[in-house]
Amino acid sequence: MTILGDIFILIGSLFLFLGSLGIFRMPDVYNRLQAGTKATTMGAMSLILGVGFLNTGFLVKSIVIVLFIVLTNPISSSTIARASHKSGVPLVKKSVVDVCKDNVKKGEV
Amino acid sequence: MKKLKGFIIFLIVAALTWLLLTGTFSRDELLVGGISLVLIAVLFYGYSDLYRGIKITPKIILFYPLYLLVFLKELIKANIDVALRVIKPSLPINPGIVAIKTELKSPLSKLILANSITLTPGTLTVDVKDDTLFIHWIDVKGKDVESATKEISSRFEKILKEIVE
Repeated sequence: MTILGDIFILIGSLFLFLGSLGIFRMPDVYNRLQAGTKATTMGAMSLILGVGFLNTGFLVKSIVIVLFIVLTNPISSSTIARASHKSGVPLVKKSVVDVCKDNVKKGEV
Repeated sequence: MKKLKGFIIFLIVAALTWLLLTGTFSRDELLVGGISLVLIAVLFYGYSDLYRGIKITPKIILFYPLYLLVFLKELIKANIDVALRVIKPSLPINPGIVAIKTELKSPLSKLILANSITLTPGTLTVDVKDDTLFIHWIDVKGKDVESATKEISSRFEKILKEIVE
């Protein structure tokens, strides 16, 4: 159980590190959110589960916390993305297509 | 009637959460938990019509674990995908915002779909407008609605249709 917990914590911290690296390296808000949301969700999940495995009295609580993170994390990042798009934060230059913006111009959205 | 059913489901979910978080059945804990969850339910239930869409049948109970499995697989794939992009010095991204159409109707299923899309490889829901979802895609593979829908949402929609529609 201890080894399992350690492995989970290691994986979790690795993904959290990669997530923060992603926030540094990505060129615009939306890509940063992509790196931020996914890596932090997975990283936090794995880390908290690992703590649960190390201290089994905490396991049920940690599962509930993981569920909350999985439910709320994507909502918050969607909200940030939506807010930035509505207030006109531009996509990075190398972006290929922006259907949403075209629709705004046509008055459909 | 429908409202009452939603209210009861809300109470059950809140009670389960409380029990799992406190982890005891002592009288004081149950009393405080009971009072606060009824208060929360009465105060905030009116703002949420999500719970009214929930149905419970044997088929649904079977499909939730299946959905969870598909979802977990996609989540791990998403993480490795993004991690690889971040590590590579050339930063191989090809981003853009595309629109996809969904056939799901109820608000709950659309919420689950949007959340799942956000947590899967390279996609992030930016906005939802009726049956159109605007998706930020880190590596655009198809610019038109049909191919984007096929690439992004079809694997979830098949299962979600069985569960919540």
